[in-house]
Amino acid sequence: MGDHHHGPAKGLSRWLFTTNHKDIGTMYLWFSFSMFILGGAFAMIIRAELFQPGMQLVEPAFFNQMTTLHGLVMVFGAIMPSFVGLANWMIPMMIGAPDMALPRMNNWSFWILPPAFLILAGTLFMEGGAPNFGWTFYAPLSTTYAPPSVTYFIFSIHVLGLSSIMGSINIIATVMNMRAPGMTYMKMPLFVWTWLITAFLLVAVMPVLAGAVTMMLMDIHFGTSFFSAAGGGDPVLFQHIFWFFGHPEVYIIILPAFGVVSQIIPTFARKPLFGYDSMVYATAAIAFLSFIVWAHHMYTVGMPVAGELFFMYATMLIAVPTGVKVFNWVTTMWRGAMTFETPMLFCMGFLVLFTIGGFTGLMLSIAPADFQYHDSYFVVAHFHYVMVAGAVFSMSAAVYYWLPKWCGRMYNETMGKTHFWISFIGFNITFFPQHFVGLAGMPRRIPDYALQFADFNMMSSIGAFIYGASQILFLYNVIATIVAGKPTSEAKTWEGAEGLEWTVATPAPYHTFETPPQVR
Amino acid sequence: MTTQSSTEYEKYYVPEKSKLAVCATIGLISSTFGAANVMNDMTFGDGATTGSWGIFWFGLFFFSATLFGWFRMAIKENLAGMNSAQLKKSYVLGMFWFIFSEVMFFLAFFGALFYVRTLVGPWLAGEGEGGRMNHLLWEGFNYQWPMPLTPQEAVGGVANQPVANMGTFQSYEQSMAFGEAAAWYLWLPMWNTIVLLSSSFTVHVAHMGLLDGNKRKFNIWLGITVALGMLFVALQALEYYEAYAHFGLTLNSGIYGSTFFMLTGFHGFHVIMGMTMLLIQWLRSVRGGHFTADDHFGFEASSWYWHFVDVVWVFLFLFVYIL
Ligand code: HEM
Ligand SMILES: [Cu+2]
Repeated sequence: MGDHHHGPAKGLSRWLFTTNHKDIGTMYLWFSFSMFILGGAFAMIIRAELFQPGMQLVEPAFFNQMTTLHGLVMVFGAIMPSFVGLANWMIPMMIGAPDMALPRMNNWSFWILPPAFLILAGTLFMEGGAPNFGWTFYAPLSTTYAPPSVTYFIFSIHVLGLSSIMGSINIIATVMNMRAPGMTYMKMPLFVWTWLITAFLLVAVMPVLAGAVTMMLMDIHFGTSFFSAAGGGDPVLFQHIFWFFGHPEVYIIILPAFGVVSQIIPTFARKPLFGYDSMVYATAAIAFLSFIVWAHHMYTVGMPVAGELFFMYATMLIAVPTGVKVFNWVTTMWRGAMTFETPMLFCMGFLVLFTIGGFTGLMLSIAPADFQYHDSYFVVAHFHYVMVAGAVFSMSAAVYYWLPKWCGRMYNETMGKTHFWISFIGFNITFFPQHFVGLAGMPRRIPDYALQFADFNMMSSIGAFIYGASQILFLYNVIATIVAGKPTSEAKTWEGAEGLEWTVATPAPYHTFETPPQVR
Repeated sequence: MTTQSSTEYEKYYVPEKSKLAVCATIGLISSTFGAANVMNDMTFGDGATTGSWGIFWFGLFFFSATLFGWFRMAIKENLAGMNSAQLKKSYVLGMFWFIFSEVMFFLAFFGALFYVRTLVGPWLAGEGEGGRMNHLLWEGFNYQWPMPLTPQEAVGGVANQPVANMGTFQSYEQSMAFGEAAAWYLWLPMWNTIVLLSSSFTVHVAHMGLLDGNKRKFNIWLGITVALGMLFVALQALEYYEAYAHFGLTLNSGIYGSTFFMLTGFHGFHVIMGMTMLLIQWLRSVRGGHFTADDHFGFEASSWYWHFVDVVWVFLFLFVYIL
């Protein structure tokens, strides 16, 4: 315990019992990458089946399990934990704190994740198969007509929620309480800001999700009637509760990505971020608005017209703060001395593709138009542009950007750039055509489709295989860097980088800022 | 941009490696896995649940023991003077946002209640745009709250749906709503409200005593608070007994029973949690001599929790029982 500096323990116990934010961050990152591979494997099965019209490889029932697990694993297993891992690594270093505020709870938030996903993936081998009702698990598909494995699904959602809530409480306490002297709120790096706001969102909506699955559990096993009209309830009630969680959830996914991009673009444009204050306010505005737009996922469910209109206008409003952000990023680059290392390339990809996703979002927000788009591949294209080209691209950018700081070795730039270009091209081949088949009426979540969609679907599948393969390259690059990358000990890996994390040694020592720095 | 700060700064206590998290994980996962097994055995299996109960109880026991050890360790660290003012503030923030998350959990159930009462009910009975299909689906269903007759009963049964009124709940007079004004003193929820509101007051008096350094006053009033909590739980149990035995009002009695039992049930569960927390603080104070006028976070956190439970009850009383 004393005051001596101590490094990590040896062996497995280092990871099992650790209270160190860097260890925990590392575990989160590796775990989320393994989930990314698992979810990706499910996606490959989906795309292989859709390669040609007609039933090719899998049974329709199994296809449904694949779409469901793909969505759940990617959202809850890949994207969310990856950003929590990043938060663990970076927030204490960015605000000059010795660790996270509640280190033992931090470890617990991580360790309940792997068994929860083990149970969720284990449902594949249960009688009746895995959950097959889509990642949005609408009742009554997920109650009256659900396979028995739904119970395990419900409890794993409970555990994931608990993990997220504890993780967020930790982040809030860290940011509010552990900033170094002089690190005022309006001096915090944007990544810290976006995570603080994301954590508020998580604490606010994960319990609501817990409420939704609890009602499902009661309906299934204890005869309540929440989602059954026969007993005076309403299946649509499920959708309201789910999306009250679900829409803030999509911002939970994208806000930390905004933070990452706001760190990286100034570095490679060698200019401070344009409009820091407006970035903070825009993030807060997005967070606030995200609570009052949920029913834009339910335009076709038969809401009163007043409801349709309210949710339509509120949704459109979100485009305003989002636009503020995009303009700020672009303006940051204006007349900057730009270079395009891998992290910056991924941020450029993010900027272009996320904006496309924002525009399709705007199209979807128009209620009468959404009657055509809803539940079609157009929606699939929309959310993959924001979630893959948004969240996943920014996550790749973050890994390349901070990897030298984490392990004191430089990644292979050529391989990084190759990874970017293959991802970028593969991604667009996969998802751009889906706009067209969607507009032409191809429904989502089906294992077979009409013949006129065949060409575009084949393109999509080829693109998906390319994109999938490029992630193997990513994995290889990261491992090669950790094992045998060119050692670097420069505190500041990137000449344009700003912030406390670049003032500590490279690789970052096991404990940083045991006494807080003075920020001016 | 930065230099090491020259000013003396209290060191933040970052604990060493700890087995707590892994133990708590084993407990939590086993108990939830066991619970899922039990439920599936009951609903989809042959009803034999022995092994599943075993996993569940093992998990629950392991989990409780771990949490006990965890809190014990945190208390010991504090008594050993390891907690800086800054660390204490982390605990305060943690507790605050935990309670906030609990508020949001209740909000989901209140939201369901409001949605059903203001929109779904009238629609099912054929009102407005949403009720256009009434003549095809639920002809003859009249909306009333409390809902004695579910849509299913109104049309005489629906295939594929579990029976929505397994009890024989069938009259407004026998619901938990406030019926006759004359008999208010016989009305259990009224007494429950009085009991719980006074307990919020007594816990406040206890806090005042502690702040004055008057440990005797603290112990007495905290003891009274715990006793009131127990009384509340007992009355609530009596109410549930009445509902099941005499009113035919059960979890299965359609949406009224669902919302009633889930809201009051989760609240009751939180009362038990809060009461246990306060009881432990009482034991710590009486037996261990813990808490001083300026260091009593364990008690304070429990009392916040208690006030939170109380506020939830006020809303329950208003929206579940009275309106
Ligand atoms: C300008 C901002 C955005 C607007 C106006 C918008 C609007 C919409 C609308 C109206 C839908 C419903 C379409 C339908 O089902 O018919 C939708 C679906 C979706 N959006 Fe967005 N969106 C925006 C940004 C985002 C972001 C940033 C994310 C996540 C990072 C996201 C993720 C999703 C997802 C996952 C779905 C589909 C959910 C499902 O049914 O499975 N959106 N969006
Ligand atoms: Cu949305």
